[in-house]
Amino acid sequence: MSTLTAPGTSARPVAVEISGTTPIHQIVAFGAMVTLLVLAPFVVYPVFLMKALCFALFACAFNLLVGYVGLLSFGHAAFLGCAGYASAHAAKVWGFAPESAIVFGTLVAAALGVVIGALTIRSRGIYFANITLAFAQMIFFFSLQAKFTGGEDGIQAVPRGTMFGVLDLRQTYTMYFVVLVVFLLGFLVVYRSIHSPFGQVLKAIRENEPRATSLGYQAERYKLIAFVLSATLAGTAGATKALVFQLASLTDVHWTMSGEVVLMTLLGGMGTVFGPVVGAFLVISLEHYLAQIGSWLTIVQGTIFIVCVLTFRRGVIGELGRLLKKPL
Amino acid sequence: MTIFGVPTQALFGQLLIGLINGAFYALLSLGLSVIFGLLNIINFAHGAQYMMGAFVAYFALQWTGLGYWPSLLLAPVVVGLFGIVLERTMLKRLYQLDHLYGLLLTFGVALVVQGVFRNQFGSSGLPYTAPAQLTGGYNLGFMFLPTYRAWVVVFSLVVCFATWYVIERTKLGAYLRAATENPTLVQAFGINVPRMITLTYGFGVALAALAGVLAAPIYQVNPLMGADLIIVVFAVVVIGGLGSIMGSIVTGFGLGVIEGFTKVFYPEASNTVIFVIMALVLLVRPAGLFGRAT
Amino acid sequence: MNVLRIVTLVAALAVVAAPAHAQISDGVIKIGIMNDQSGTYADLAGPGSVVAARMAIEDFGAAKKGMKVEVLVADHQNKPDVGSSIARQWFDADKVDVIIDVPTSSVVLAVNQIAREKNKALIVSTGATSDLTGPQCSPNAIHWTYDTWSLANGTGSAVVKTGGDTWFFLTADYKFGHDLERDTDAVVVKNGGKVVGKVRHPFPNADFSSFLLQAQSSKAKVIGLANAGADTINAIKQGAEFGIVKGGQQFAGLLVFLTDVHALGLEKAQGLLLTESFYWDLNDRTRAFSTKFAERHRQAKPTMAQAGVYSAVLHYLKAVEALKSDDGPKVIAKMKELPTDDPVFGKGMVRADGRKIHPVYLFEVKKPSESKGPWDYYKVRATVPAEQAFRPMDQGHCPLVKK
Repeated sequence: MSTLTAPGTSARPVAVEISGTTPIHQIVAFGAMVTLLVLAPFVVYPVFLMKALCFALFACAFNLLVGYVGLLSFGHAAFLGCAGYASAHAAKVWGFAPESAIVFGTLVAAALGVVIGALTIRSRGIYFANITLAFAQMIFFFSLQAKFTGGEDGIQAVPRGTMFGVLDLRQTYTMYFVVLVVFLLGFLVVYRSIHSPFGQVLKAIRENEPRATSLGYQAERYKLIAFVLSATLAGTAGATKALVFQLASLTDVHWTMSGEVVLMTLLGGMGTVFGPVVGAFLVISLEHYLAQIGSWLTIVQGTIFIVCVLTFRRGVIGELGRLLKKPL
Repeated sequence: MTIFGVPTQALFGQLLIGLINGAFYALLSLGLSVIFGLLNIINFAHGAQYMMGAFVAYFALQWTGLGYWPSLLLAPVVVGLFGIVLERTMLKRLYQLDHLYGLLLTFGVALVVQGVFRNQFGSSGLPYTAPAQLTGGYNLGFMFLPTYRAWVVVFSLVVCFATWYVIERTKLGAYLRAATENPTLVQAFGINVPRMITLTYGFGVALAALAGVLAAPIYQVNPLMGADLIIVVFAVVVIGGLGSIMGSIVTGFGLGVIEGFTKVFYPEASNTVIFVIMALVLLVRPAGLFGRAT
Repeated sequence: MNVLRIVTLVAALAVVAAPAHAQISDGVIKIGIMNDQSGTYADLAGPGSVVAARMAIEDFGAAKKGMKVEVLVADHQNKPDVGSSIARQWFDADKVDVIIDVPTSSVVLAVNQIAREKNKALIVSTGATSDLTGPQCSPNAIHWTYDTWSLANGTGSAVVKTGGDTWFFLTADYKFGHDLERDTDAVVVKNGGKVVGKVRHPFPNADFSSFLLQAQSSKAKVIGLANAGADTINAIKQGAEFGIVKGGQQFAGLLVFLTDVHALGLEKAQGLLLTESFYWDLNDRTRAFSTKFAERHRQAKPTMAQAGVYSAVLHYLKAVEALKSDDGPKVIAKMKELPTDDPVFGKGMVRADGRKIHPVYLFEVKKPSESKGPWDYYKVRATVPAEQAFRPMDQGHCPLVKK
């Protein structure tokens, strides 16, 4: 039975709640976010914004898995980093145009997602976190040893190039708006997935897997698709980031990067639509503005973890949504 | 005689070295296992607590002149008390929640503790020397065995098996195990379960600190000495099976040996081999080698 | 798309308009000290480099001469991505004129590219890669204190000449380690020595016992440590435990700083051979400078990296004063033109390929009984004169140098 397309047309219990229209407050919030992001580069340093946008997309991708399927991957850096290496290599050595480089990086992450996902998706909870970590460590080792990744140096001086033959990405503002478009596309993909019948099935699995299975959904297949989608979008973020910074490096495949994305999502609000975006902007701002204070940064980050877990586990957006009594 | 181009003599040496490193893995993963078994919390601050143990030994020497031997007792007590405070003020609020929150909280604690120590003491580390009784070494023919390393293996084995004995073979251990299964019932028998939980956490943390004191003369006393170690030890616990005492002891020593041999045949991969094994083990036995399927 | 065009046009105009200003951009000379403020290399450069830079500005008398000089500090965490984003931000938004210090070869190369792209200046003190004055050399950069070639040459040749002719390498498995091993290997072989084995350890690595055992059974006279920071410290410390030195073998540290020896203690470090271009107790000028430095930096004597920052800032300001401009490549050109003279390295010069030239020294770490007190650690074993201390210009393949 093909459960992949069926739920949309069927009237299974979990699918009934779906409303065809997007709630008005989410449209307003989305509009506000887009307006802010369009105006921001004229006030704030654009390269910083681009970094934050790439991480926002990464966090959204991660959130799709942890927030809506309930699977905490502790190895998501593998997808971010590999896609970065792939797109940097494609752009620099093979001379790919930026759009093809990003697509190529994304595809590599997707392929990696299929392999790792197929092997790990049966594990649960803490075991899932560990086995994804194990695979990510192997990817890290590969990135360190392989010739084309440049080891410690990474792939440097990646050309940004000209997108579709007309957009000169060496111009900061052009690059910014391209990144913004990529981010918004990624964001909408996540949004659409969550609010589709597919997303409803994922939530059903998160809440009660045996029940979802007994209703005829092949839980593992749904989880695998979500995993691959999440890996793919993390890849898009990594591939874009490599072009923005003209660099693909080991930082993006290191396990601390996997930890950082957890921090972003937790701080913003797991399982909320806008939470990861807000979380990514907060974490990146902290790193950016506290770079001068050196080791205090880890103290501040650690404190945020503690405070979040103890007092507001819903995250910034989750708490806001609770106050407004509307899911954001 | 040679095996894959390496003289067997040299392999004996590497086997012994592997066991010594395994002793640290065993001691650290034992603490993690004990904590997970009763509290259902992955103590990510374990590496930081190990580092604190080494620092307590260093302070004891600098400030009060207390040497290595008293530190073996002092450091676990001091750091264990720190653990107890942590449990009373923070961890106890998380027992009803998913494991992941405990992991995140202790990860935060680790970041804070390491950050504070790094701010105070820089990053090159501070020197700490082994006591005079344990310097020097034996020439075993195939290798030179430093006395201190021999001591580490023997002492860790004793501590590991004493812990195993207490938990698996005594009445106290029986209460502990019962409390993991059904805390309400054990409470009804008149046993103060929350206090038992607190003390268990303190004990697990004390084991980490003890490993820290053992490590101090071998490595520098360095604020980051536990930062990467925790990931490896965590892998050891997972391979052994979360919460299994014997599992973490055996796996700790076993992986030390495997890692040691990797250092001979493919040294670049010696940091990664544990993760390869972890992935393989989890694919075949999702609950680890000695774990019970849930 | 129109809005986009206008925006990019405005941005482009702003860029064009900037150099037309008065000679000192926005009236302030901004020096960015970028290094590792909290990790492995924080003690040997880190906050100490900032102290050194401030001392140089004071000793130069910037305030009296009516020059406004500002120091910015950032922590690049030894990651090329962090370093390059700080560099961009500094050059684009904060109007920094020169970046100084920069440990970690990978970050050096990343920042070098950005400095060139933005037409600003870069002076490297703590970073080691000799590629900076080789294939990657740039009219915007100077390599100040030392490099992998000079370390390999200093330690390698001197040790072989004094009888240490069989070597075993313990190499950190990343580019810096590989470079150092390669350069030293060449020097050892050139001087008639032999490399009997090598092992590449993961980076970072805490336990060296297995590698030390392999080094021990190789029977090599010298164990070359092609690593840095905590790795070197742990290798030497555990080497003492396994009786390496007592067994007749000797360690040669290819990149060891004074702070590493301080952290090890003389008991463990004695007999270690190492190459540096500066030591506080060389002469009256170095002693006077180091005493002043120690007063301002937790009583610690400066490492060569920190002393190099002092020397570099001093010479940079001299060039800016002479030129009355802080335009990146022009100042760098002026720095190459003016001879250098400072308490750290004495008299010297900067070559066309961006290599600052001065003598380097082979030191041996003293026995505890020879040391008169804290920080009295080295004795000079050999001096490599300035003209032989660095790679000859024609061997570096630097495109700036016409053959």
